Amino acid sequence: MAEAASVAAECLAGCRARGARSVLGQVVVPGEELLLPEQEDAEGPGGAGERPLSLNAGARSRVRVICGPGLRRCGDRLLVTKCGRLRHKEPGGGGGGVYWVDSQQKRYVPVKGDHVIGIVTAKSGDIFKVDVGGSEPASLSYLSFEGATKRNRPNVQVGDLIYGQFVVANKDMEPEMVCIDSCGRANGMGVIGQDGLLFKVTLGLIRKLLAPDCEIIQEVGKLYPLEIVFGMNGRIWVKAKTIQQTLILANILEACEHMTSDQRKQIFSRLAES
Amino acid sequence: MEEEMHTDAKIRAETGTGSSPRGPGCSLRHFACEQNLLSRPDGSASFLQGVAEKSRERLIRNTCEAVVLGTLHPRTSITVVLQVVSDAGSGAQLLACCLNAACMALVDAGVPMRALFCGVTCALDSDGTLVLDPTSKQEKEARAVLTFALDNVERKLLMSSTKGLFSDAELQQCLAVTQAASQHVFRFYRESLQRRYSKS
Repeated sequence: MAEAASVAAECLAGCRARGARSVLGQVVVPGEELLLPEQEDAEGPGGAGERPLSLNAGARSRVRVICGPGLRRCGDRLLVTKCGRLRHKEPGGGGGGVYWVDSQQKRYVPVKGDHVIGIVTAKSGDIFKVDVGGSEPASLSYLSFEGATKRNRPNVQVGDLIYGQFVVANKDMEPEMVCIDSCGRANGMGVIGQDGLLFKVTLGLIRKLLAPDCEIIQEVGKLYPLEIVFGMNGRIWVKAKTIQQTLILANILEACEHMTSDQRKQIFSRLAES
Repeated sequence: MEEEMHTDAKIRAETGTGSSPRGPGCSLRHFACEQNLLSRPDGSASFLQGVAEKSRERLIRNTCEAVVLGTLHPRTSITVVLQVVSDAGSGAQLLACCLNAACMALVDAGVPMRALFCGVTCALDSDGTLVLDPTSKQEKEARAVLTFALDNVERKLLMSSTKGLFSDAELQQCLAVTQAASQHVFRFYRESLQRRYSKS
């Protein structure tokens, strides 16, 4: 009995909150509490004990830290709500930067400003209903296309693919998307052309492929000439000269998630030969 | 005669408006009882106290509801489907395994949660010896079988499902032992999640 009690005390003591800076890049699980850097300094390694003597004892410098996806503010600490790697980005100007959890999931939750690929499911009056993979279909007005007026309606049918961005996306309202940017130009958005193949991958892979220094896309571009559109909701549209090439590209991109870079280079060299 | 008793201890919601647990001083809800209502059997009685449901699905659902941050996804339904692949024949072990599977599935789906949870079973045999994680043979011969769901923040109790006779002191002892055992389960969760993220 005494053994069990001591073991229980040990495991309870191990759940003390850790400093966010010490956990950067490591896997965190839901339920963990993280201390922000300024609190870390104040609390010190020994817990409630000596406080560092500061000349300006009254005013504590409050740094504004942004809580990204996977974290929630809980009192004056951060509570982890998703499993993944903890990341931090230094701020450009003043402030404490952004902390977020890099998680892998398949389900998309609409976020304002994200560019996504949607499928038109219904046309009712002036609004198209577009399926973006979230819990609700997004609404798209027919006037939100470049050069669209009441007389000059865009040519959009049910079943078409749309590349657009969210202007309204929160948990309380139906998401709304548009196919123009703030200046009124299409900027690549709008109805996606005929043919090609649309397939689904995990959200983490999309973010990896869209990173500025991603070699996968450069290598794929050297293989065949292709058109490719990435949606942040996990959908990729790909089109090459022949159907066979399109299918090969789709298979490579889906498999990229599980392959190491050496395996990938092998496959690319084998394809380049044939 | 065996008595089956399912109790759910719900965690209070963050805003403090959750249902209040029954403390020792407050009054219980309305009781209603009717006797000798059937003519054929020798004796019969009907007892109504709150809701008379008891099922494994409800226990798992209540545990998940206590932990998942539902306020971030209004007007959305989260469905958990559990498929039994191989059942060694023990009911209590199945419940603990279902709880662990549900927790891992929710983490894999990226549903925001305030803690992880796990299920641990223990059995008390006739001389009072405590057996953690009993086999189905030990379960059949046990005097009482208890299953607990614990969270990983402070090892708090989320759900308890018990079958059999046991004293108050034995309940506390079982709870302490399962709390210590749950840290092994949580360490296994952490290792398997780390392995998954190390591949990328």
